[in-house]
Amino acid sequence: MGTKVKKMLFILSKATIENAYAAFVMANGARMEGIESEIFFTFFGLEAIQKKKLEHLHVATVGNPGMHIPTMLGGLPGVEALATKMMKKEMEKLDMPPIGEFLEILSDSGCRLWACKLAVDMFHLKEEDLIDELDGILTIGDFYSRADQEGCQLLFI
Amino acid sequence: MKKIIANKEIEVNEEGYLVDFKQWDREICECIAGECNVVMTEKHWEVIEYLQDKHLKEEPLSIRGIKKSGVINIKEFYALFPGGPLKKSTLIAGIPKPKSCI
Repeated sequence: MGTKVKKMLFILSKATIENAYAAFVMANGARMEGIESEIFFTFFGLEAIQKKKLEHLHVATVGNPGMHIPTMLGGLPGVEALATKMMKKEMEKLDMPPIGEFLEILSDSGCRLWACKLAVDMFHLKEEDLIDELDGILTIGDFYSRADQEGCQLLFI
Repeated sequence: MKKIIANKEIEVNEEGYLVDFKQWDREICECIAGECNVVMTEKHWEVIEYLQDKHLKEEPLSIRGIKKSGVINIKEFYALFPGGPLKKSTLIAGIPKPKSCI
C-alpha cells in the first residue's frame, strides 16, 4: 500500500548532533521510500552546513535528561567532547555517515538543502562559508511555497 | 504466498519479495522490473549483480554502501530505479528488502 505522504519538509534549528542526525535520517529515509524531501537550516541549524563547523557538532550533555548524567557533571570540561566521541563511535558501527558525507548523500539523493536568509544575515555568513551542495538561501515564505502539493508535511526539529 | 511470474510459480512474501533466491532467474527479473516500470539496461544488470553479490556474502545494503560500491553513484541509482531505489532494486534482484533506516 502506498503512503499518502508525498513530500517531507524539515526545518533544522539546532546544532546538536542528535538533532542534525534526526533530520538527516528522516530526510534520507523519505527519499529511499520515493517521498520528496527538503531541509531548511535556520539559526543554530546552520552550523550543520558550514564547511568549517559541520564536522564539529556536539551532543548536548547539559539539560538533556536522556543522557542520564547530572547536569552539573555534564558541564565539566571534556564531558561533552567525550560523550560526542562515544556517540560517533556507536554511529560508525551502524554505518552512519559523518555529517559531511551524509549531506553529499542527501544532495545526490535529490533532497533539496536550503539556508535561512534571516539566520545567514544574522550570523554574517557568506555563501562561500556554506557547503557546495546547498541549493540556495531562502526566506521562510519561499520555503513555505515549496509545500506546493497534496500530502506535504512540515516538521520543526 | 505463491505468485505466477514469467509462467513460473514463485514463492513471495506479502510485499512481493522472493522468499527463496534460488527461484530467481533473468526472465523473472525482467517481469518484476516491468511491474515496477523499469526497463532493464546493461547498467541495471550491473547493479542487480552487485546487490546479489552483497546478499550472498551476507553484507548489509545501505545507500552509503551504494556510494562506495564503485559500480554506480547515488544520482544514477535514483535515476535507474525511481521511487525508492533500494526497495525496488532488491525486489527486482530477488533478494530481501533491506531492514536498515539508512
